[in-house]
Amino acid sequence: MAGIVGYGAYIPRNRIKTEDIARQWGKDPKTIEKGLLLKEKSVPGLDEDTITISVAAGRAALDRAGIDPARVGAVYVGSESHPYAVKPSGTIVSEVLGIAPDVHVADFEFACKAGTEAMFVALGLVESGRVEYALAIGADTSQGAPNDALEFSASAGGAAFLFGKDDLLVDVLETYSYTSDTPDFWRREGEFYPRHGGRFTGEPAYFKHVLAASREILRKTGLKASDFRFAVFHMPNGKFPLAAGKELGFTRAQLEVGWVVPTMGNTYSGSSPTGLAAILDVAEPDDLILITSFGSGAGSDSFVLKATELLPNRRDLAPTVHEIMDRPKRYLTYGQYAKYREKIILNT
Amino acid sequence: MPSPRYWREVPNRYRLEAGRCAACGKVTFPARRVCPECRGTETEPMALSRTAKVVTSTVIRVPPDDFLMEAPYAMAVVETPEGARLMTQVVDCDPEAVLPGMNVALEFRLIRKEGHGGIRCYGHKAVPAG
Amino acid sequence: MREVAVVGAGMTRFGELWQSSLRDLFVEAALEALTSAGADHVDDIYVGNMSGGQFVGQEHLGPLFADHLGMAGVPVTRVESACASGGVALRAGFMAVASGMSDLVLAAGVEKMTDGADVTNVLATAADQETEAYHGITFPGLYAMIARAYLDTHAATEEDLAWVAVKNHRHGALNPKAQFQREVTLEQVMTSTMVADPLRLLHCSPVSDGAAAVLLCPLDQAKQYTDRPVKILGSGLASAPMALAAREDPAFLDAVAKSADRAYRMAGVKADDIRVAEVHDCFSIAEICCIEAIGVACRGEGAQAARVGLTALGGRIPVNTSGGLKSKGHPVGATGIAQAIEIYEQLRGEAGERQVEGARLGLTQNMGGSGASSVVHIFQGV
Repeated sequence: MAGIVGYGAYIPRNRIKTEDIARQWGKDPKTIEKGLLLKEKSVPGLDEDTITISVAAGRAALDRAGIDPARVGAVYVGSESHPYAVKPSGTIVSEVLGIAPDVHVADFEFACKAGTEAMFVALGLVESGRVEYALAIGADTSQGAPNDALEFSASAGGAAFLFGKDDLLVDVLETYSYTSDTPDFWRREGEFYPRHGGRFTGEPAYFKHVLAASREILRKTGLKASDFRFAVFHMPNGKFPLAAGKELGFTRAQLEVGWVVPTMGNTYSGSSPTGLAAILDVAEPDDLILITSFGSGAGSDSFVLKATELLPNRRDLAPTVHEIMDRPKRYLTYGQYAKYREKIILNT
Repeated sequence: MPSPRYWREVPNRYRLEAGRCAACGKVTFPARRVCPECRGTETEPMALSRTAKVVTSTVIRVPPDDFLMEAPYAMAVVETPEGARLMTQVVDCDPEAVLPGMNVALEFRLIRKEGHGGIRCYGHKAVPAG
Repeated sequence: MREVAVVGAGMTRFGELWQSSLRDLFVEAALEALTSAGADHVDDIYVGNMSGGQFVGQEHLGPLFADHLGMAGVPVTRVESACASGGVALRAGFMAVASGMSDLVLAAGVEKMTDGADVTNVLATAADQETEAYHGITFPGLYAMIARAYLDTHAATEEDLAWVAVKNHRHGALNPKAQFQREVTLEQVMTSTMVADPLRLLHCSPVSDGAAAVLLCPLDQAKQYTDRPVKILGSGLASAPMALAAREDPAFLDAVAKSADRAYRMAGVKADDIRVAEVHDCFSIAEICCIEAIGVACRGEGAQAARVGLTALGGRIPVNTSGGLKSKGHPVGATGIAQAIEIYEQLRGEAGERQVEGARLGLTQNMGGSGASSVVHIFQGV
């Protein structure tokens, strides 16, 4: 029996408003905001990337767990914006956190579900007894192409979960993954921006996998939507997770806490993981939580979790998602945003 | 940045590893073989706290090439509770707001990279505390 | 130790000298020095240069320069101490004569900065690479931090900084070798672009090409070369922690104080005895901190010196009558020697419109990096 013994999140302090991106491209701000249910998104500084975000989230997870970092036996970082094409993010994260050198490191990739993917593997490794603790991180600083729908939502952030066998803050009751080959969204080697299939990313991609994974895990566990206190789904925009939740029978109240996307944007591999972190910030002992991610290509990882007695005691040992989101923010103009996201062609 | 030169500095840049002189207690960052205070050669390793106070500062408006896109940025000499001083950028705030006496926290950030093909170099920067 | 005299001097104009290469500059200054003394050979050469390698890709400067001076075969040493390279070359030449090792020594300094290198990056190599330059500091940035620390602890204002530039430009306007031979107003300085808060463009010395050279020999041989030799009474050199973060008080230039102390003791004189001085004003704040450190002004009072005229021509102790680094220019390696030439001319009564009447004791202070090295020489008119 293994579960989460520590968790943490990090979101950069810079923001850009949906309306400013809309105006840049001559679109009506109100229409975009209503259509996507987005207000603003986070923007990484020029000095932030998946690695720095992973370190911040990882530090918080270790602080909450209160264990010596040297006891962590595996570090897995899932992202679709690893800073190097070849050279792992996890080695740097392991060195900074004081986990190296006695550690297994691997970087994960599966569009937006690389974070939950890392969580699935970390869990299994601890359950098997091969390592005592395993750290799984989902973090991204993904790019949205200029004047493309995804530019409104592609943001930066991440969450980390430390898995162990003792002193659990959260029990993992069940897992289920649903995968198929679906070319809804991809990026070829060497390309700067990803591409996607427009409306094809909806029903045959996002909804098919999120609903299938969620339905199957409910069937496996014999649970109903009403048994849960919280549910969080991958959030590519504000609308999709609410629609998926509704389809599965969840109320708005069950979805509200994890629904962090309207002011954070889609942190890709950090999306449902940061939503989960926000839930853990307030969950009470014995609360049941459903998390289902989605990664284009395509697949969904689903987990049924249960908060334990220990959770309320440990969560104040690191900043909550809301504390991080409520820090002084810096709002950028589109020009500053383009500079930070390196969308401007320089003379180098 | 040649790899070996970068890699050698990882312990102090990634983990803020400093040295405390066994003879006189002076903390130097990065750690040194010879204590600048008493010339002692026995040091105990220690890690700095990730909080500090600004001692003096400026705003760089004419940057070196590698930092072109980040200018203007604040830089400061900051002092940790252990009495170690280090030079860092101060980010995530208006550069002009960085003044002596300001409380900061040290966060892990990307410091520089060599164009599109060179290695990425990390370290700590200061951000406003609280 | 023998007594040492300066018996000849020569320098190029300082400025953007597109037509002259690094070696051209050296030869021009050296020839002028040799000609001024009627000398046709030297026994030994010391040349100060900070960064031939990074500015124009040329190291091994000693033999190159001796060769181009037509003196291949002569022993020659290249000296480096960032912006104090010239002053340290002067000291090395002084020691070669004083020790009895050499009789006629050429001490020179040269820098070629305008051939396209990234000057900001090259100059930053005088700072601590692993703990300062790594994080994005620049030269102006280091002095700006010193300025802020100074302004924070003393009752001084940004205007006080500006007065240093105004004074030095007024002097430089009278110097035919200066890069900028025009005055600037307080308003121009105070409204110039901010480079690193609180230092503005007109608080900063410029990027310059140039070379300077002096001839040294034992005092008792000086008459062979000139009727009015100038004796070097004292030389003091000191170092300080490299990184600004490693210093107790960022606003106090410890190496400057130590080097001045050592020079005064060797010369048997005090700060009060000095009548004219050339001091290292790479940035306005540097002149303020340096005059305090050499004892010409008390701690905290250096800021007013330029404003009240203490250090202006006509004041009690004119500082930087040449125009200083600010107005005369700062080809890094050449500066220390150029400072010596100004004092040499002052003590011979040959400074023309810049003349300090009756000056008999003069001082040069040349500093490297953000103050990690400093060298002071004391001169006496004979």
